[in-house]
Amino acid sequence: MEVFSDPANIDVYVTGFLWILKLTVAATVGALVLGVLLAAMRVSPVPVLRGFGTAWVNIFRNTPLTLIIFFCYFGLYSTLGFSASDDIDRNNYWLGVIGLSVYTAAFVCEAIRSGINTVAAGQAEAARAIGMSFRQTLTIVILPQAGRAVIAPLGSIFIALAKNATIVGTIGLAETSNAMKDLINANGSAVVLIFLAFAGTFAVVLIPTGYGFGWLANRLAVKR
Amino acid sequence: MSTEAVLYDHPGPRAKMRNTILTVVFGLGLLALLYWIYRRFDEKGQWAGSLWKPFTQSSTWTDYILPGLGHTLAAAAVAMVLSLVFGILFAVGRLSDHWWLRIPAGAVVEFFRAVPLLLMMFFIFFGLPFLTHKPMSNFWAVVIALTLYNGSVLAEAFRAGVKSVPRGQSEAAYAVGMRKGQVMAEILIPQAARAMLPVIVSQLVVLVKDTALGYIISYSELLQLGVNNLSANFANVVQAAIVAALIYILINATLTYTAGWLSRRTRRGGKAPRAAGPVPAGLVQTGETAV
Repeated sequence: MEVFSDPANIDVYVTGFLWILKLTVAATVGALVLGVLLAAMRVSPVPVLRGFGTAWVNIFRNTPLTLIIFFCYFGLYSTLGFSASDDIDRNNYWLGVIGLSVYTAAFVCEAIRSGINTVAAGQAEAARAIGMSFRQTLTIVILPQAGRAVIAPLGSIFIALAKNATIVGTIGLAETSNAMKDLINANGSAVVLIFLAFAGTFAVVLIPTGYGFGWLANRLAVKR
Repeated sequence: MSTEAVLYDHPGPRAKMRNTILTVVFGLGLLALLYWIYRRFDEKGQWAGSLWKPFTQSSTWTDYILPGLGHTLAAAAVAMVLSLVFGILFAVGRLSDHWWLRIPAGAVVEFFRAVPLLLMMFFIFFGLPFLTHKPMSNFWAVVIALTLYNGSVLAEAFRAGVKSVPRGQSEAAYAVGMRKGQVMAEILIPQAARAMLPVIVSQLVVLVKDTALGYIISYSELLQLGVNNLSANFANVVQAAIVAALIYILINATLTYTAGWLSRRTRRGGKAPRAAGPVPAGLVQTGETAV
C-alpha cells in the first residue's frame, strides 16, 4: 500500500480521474446535443440535411477515435489555428472534448434513429392528421417516446465515452492511463496494486452505472 | 407507404419553398465553412503539391501505408479469432448451472468490459514486464488487450443470443436425450451465433478501429507507420492523417455494409431466432451500431 501513502501519487491518481470526469461530462453534453440534431437532420424532409447527417455518421463512426483526437490536435489546433485556451492542458482538454463529442454524436444519432423506429407509425400519422408540422411531430410526439426507448443504448454509449476519454491522453493530457503509466514506471514493485487501483475505480463506477441505466430503461420503457 | 414519408406530409407549394430555402441556406453555410477551412489550409500552405505528392509515389505506399495496414489487419485478425474463443468460453461459463463457474465468469466479463482498453494496454505493455522480467512485444500487448475487451463484449452478445433461442429448442434436445454440453454445443451456440452474426461483425469494426491504440505503444500499425513515420519524412502530418482516415473509413464501411447485408440475409431465411422481440414496423431504416 505504500505507493498510495505518498500524497504526490494520490494527487496523480485524483488529477487523472478528474480529467476523465470533466471530459466525460462536457463531451456527454456535446454529443447529446449534436447527436439529437443529427438524428433530426437524418429524418428531415430536406435532402441536403439528410445527406449531411449520413455523411457525418459514416465518417466519424468509421474513423478510430485515436485518429480523430490526433486530427483535432494537428488539424484543428496546429493548422487551422483553433485554440481554446492559452494553458496547454486546458487547450488539450477542449480539443479532447471536441473530438469525443463529434465521434460520440455519430453513435447517439444512430441510437436515436433506431429509437424513432420503435415508435409506432400510427403516432406520427395521428400527429400529422391533427395538422402538426414536421418539427412539432418530431419534438412533441416522436422524440419523447423515442427517448424513453433509447435509454439503455444511450447508457452504454456514455459508458463507452467515459472509457474513451482515456484516449485524450494521446495528445498529452495527464488523464488516468498516462497517470497509471507514470506510476508504474516509477514504482515497479507495486504494478498490480496500481493497475487494480485505476481499473478498479473504473469498474466500481461504471458497472453500477450500467445496471442503473438498465433499471432506468426498464422503469421508463413505453409499455406496449 | 415509403418509410421517409411517415414523419411529414407530402410537401405542398409552401413546404417545397421552405425546403428549398433551407437547402440553400444550409448548403451555403456548409460551403462557407469548407471554403474557410480551404483558405486556412491555403494560408498555411497545406495544399502545396509537395505535401500531397508522396501519395502518388509507389514507394510511399509500399514502405509505409501498406505495411502499416498489414500490421493493423494482422492484429485485428488475431484478436478477432481469440476474442471469439474467449467470448464463447465465457458466455458458456456465465450460463453454467454451477455457481463456482457462473460467478467468476461473470466477474471477469464485467471487469474487462468496464476497464478502458488503453488502461489495459498500458498495464500489459508497461506493467507486466515488471512481473515477468521479460520485455513485452507490442503486437501481443495490442492483441491481448483487444481480446480481453472485445471477448467480454462478445461473451455478453453470445449470452443474449443463447437466451434468445426459443426454449422449445433446448427442451426438445433434452427430450431426445442430449446432455447439457451437447445441447449447448450442438443446439444453442449455432443458433445464437447465427442470430448474433451482425453484432459480431459490428464488433469487428470496433476492433479494427481500436487497433489504432497500438500507435500509443508504438506498434507499427497504420497510424504509426502511415501517419507518424510518413510525416516525419515528408512533413505532411495533416495529409497523411486524411489518407489514413480514408483507409479506415473504407475498411469499416465495407464491414458495416457486410453486417447489414448479413442481418438482412439471416432475417430473410426466417430460421434464425430473433435477437430481441418482434422487429417493429419502423419509421426509419437503421443499421447495427456498436461503440
